[in-house]
Amino acid sequence: MEAVVTDTRPETVIRLENAGKVYAMGNQQVAALDGIDVAFEKGGFWAVMGSSGSGKSTLMNVIGCLDRLTSGRYLFQGTDISAYDDDALSDIRLRHLGFIFQSFNLIPQLTVQRNIELPLYYLGWDKEKSQAHARHLASMVGLDTRLTHRPSELSGGQMQRVAIARALAADPDLILADEPTGNLDTRTSHQIMALLTSLHQGGKTIIMVTHEHDLAEYARNRLYMTDGRIDRIEKR
Amino acid sequence: MKQIKFSRELASGIQTLLLHKLRSFLTMLGVVFGVGSVVAMLAVGEGASKDALEQIRKLGSHNILISSIKPVEEGATGTTPSFMSIYGLTYLDHDRIQESFSSVRKNVPVKLIRKEARLGERALELRVVGTSHQWFEVIPRPVLGGRTLMPGDLADKSPVVVLTEFGARKLLATRHTIGQIIRLGVDSFTVIGIVKNETGSSGAMQIPDREIDAYIPITTARSYFGDVVIKRTAGSRLREKVELNQIIVQVGSLDRVEPAAQAVERMLTLFHQKKDFQIQVPLALLRQAEATKRTFNIVLGAIAGISLLVGGIGIMNIMLASVTERTREIGVRRAIGAKRKQIIIQFLIEAVVLSSAGGILGLAVGMAIPFFITWFAKMPTVITPLGILLPLFVSLGIGIVFGLYPAARAARVDPIIALRHE
Repeated sequence: MEAVVTDTRPETVIRLENAGKVYAMGNQQVAALDGIDVAFEKGGFWAVMGSSGSGKSTLMNVIGCLDRLTSGRYLFQGTDISAYDDDALSDIRLRHLGFIFQSFNLIPQLTVQRNIELPLYYLGWDKEKSQAHARHLASMVGLDTRLTHRPSELSGGQMQRVAIARALAADPDLILADEPTGNLDTRTSHQIMALLTSLHQGGKTIIMVTHEHDLAEYARNRLYMTDGRIDRIEKR
Repeated sequence: MKQIKFSRELASGIQTLLLHKLRSFLTMLGVVFGVGSVVAMLAVGEGASKDALEQIRKLGSHNILISSIKPVEEGATGTTPSFMSIYGLTYLDHDRIQESFSSVRKNVPVKLIRKEARLGERALELRVVGTSHQWFEVIPRPVLGGRTLMPGDLADKSPVVVLTEFGARKLLATRHTIGQIIRLGVDSFTVIGIVKNETGSSGAMQIPDREIDAYIPITTARSYFGDVVIKRTAGSRLREKVELNQIIVQVGSLDRVEPAAQAVERMLTLFHQKKDFQIQVPLALLRQAEATKRTFNIVLGAIAGISLLVGGIGIMNIMLASVTERTREIGVRRAIGAKRKQIIIQFLIEAVVLSSAGGILGLAVGMAIPFFITWFAKMPTVITPLGILLPLFVSLGIGIVFGLYPAARAARVDPIIALRHE
């Protein structure tokens, strides 16, 4: 028996084929993505760069299953998910994707422990198992002494490390980082980048949006966007 | 496949609400007072109807009360000293009722005279009831000592009297009661028995017996006191001739009560030129009381319903504010992978926790209110299982109904916009 495989390269996590996204702004049609063809291989560390309005945020939203394409195809691990409904896309986010945001986006009323456990809660893990796993992740990012704290009691760097631990909780295939160091000072930024690099070295696939060239240096591949198109791709 | 456990949703909902204790409490208050008033009103309504039924039972649901009343036009002209007004029920009426209606099981004549009772230096104003032995069958009261009237007492016109417990205590104090001779006016009577008196006759329905009654054979009453009563008013004397003040008729079956009352009324109207009697049917009074209670319940129910509605709107208001306030949180949860359904459940549970907690608190308040009403106003109240379960389910329902719209609003939040939300 042979499984139906639509993509012949199993190394690819995400593949966009002639991907387009058109917004209606008033009576004007604005193409945020205009025929993107790109493949992100497993284990890669990508930096997406471009000026504001270049379409990199839209690209991240599409890759993150938060937004749908208006044309073209989106293949996730070889399966076309362009036509998936909201519930199915939620399920992909839950099981396969981990998000890291510029403003951390921790839930303020939950403790560090409960924030990290959040994906496990939606996965339906039992309490003891998810607590143990959250402790393990917290110690991995160096926050095992802060488990009972609330996000407001942490520094920016600590909050981002909680967010990284949360993004890792469901053991995702892909980590999406949207300007992860945008709200941090230079020293903390490099600490966070070092953490992401170590994750990459551990085998994680990472796609990161940034506009700082020195941070983009951490990534192995760089994708430059202009006006909804891929300007160029630099691979190392 | 992997179901989110309800208990965890519940625990997390409670935790979130506990973060804003004051706000949650204030939001609950609407439901607390709504449910409290529903519980209290049901208890009071139930108590009142039980009270009414109790009164009917005392009156006797099979009974028809026919009473003499002074005709209206008579009062204006009755100023001449020599004038004697004759009205009311007659001995003949009593006999006619007995002969005419087969459904009449008991037919009790009642003659009421106010007299001063004396025993030694003790005196007591009481109501002398001249009646037959059947009085005690139609208005059954426990006999505390001695015996009640017998047919022989009527035939012999015996000077015997049955007292009520209350009257006997006042008049006879601690002395031996049965066999004592007391004076009613100028005549001597032997006390042959004491019956328990009925207290607390209240409301629209009058109980035929009073706290202080003296029951004597009607034949005795007629021969000793006659039928003419002299009423002294300022400067003039008014003589009235009333043969019988009341006739109490008992009918064999419940469904014959009202037709019998109508038939009696038709017959009496034939023989009375003036409308000098009135007919009271306890059963009809009961129906009337029940209709009044129904109206009362509808009005109270509407008020309670409005307060519950207000409580529900309060919850919806706060939940909508909470959704707006937590837009970013909703965005984060959605980005992590929460389905719309799970967001709906999260907010719905918070609303239901608020309304149910309000319902439970309201139940406590609502059960305390009838307690105090009974304590201070001496009004009977009854809390039925329905009176507890109904408000609880209603408060649960309010949480679902008024939580649904805010929850749906939360689920419709676009995660992309929500994550940018400040």
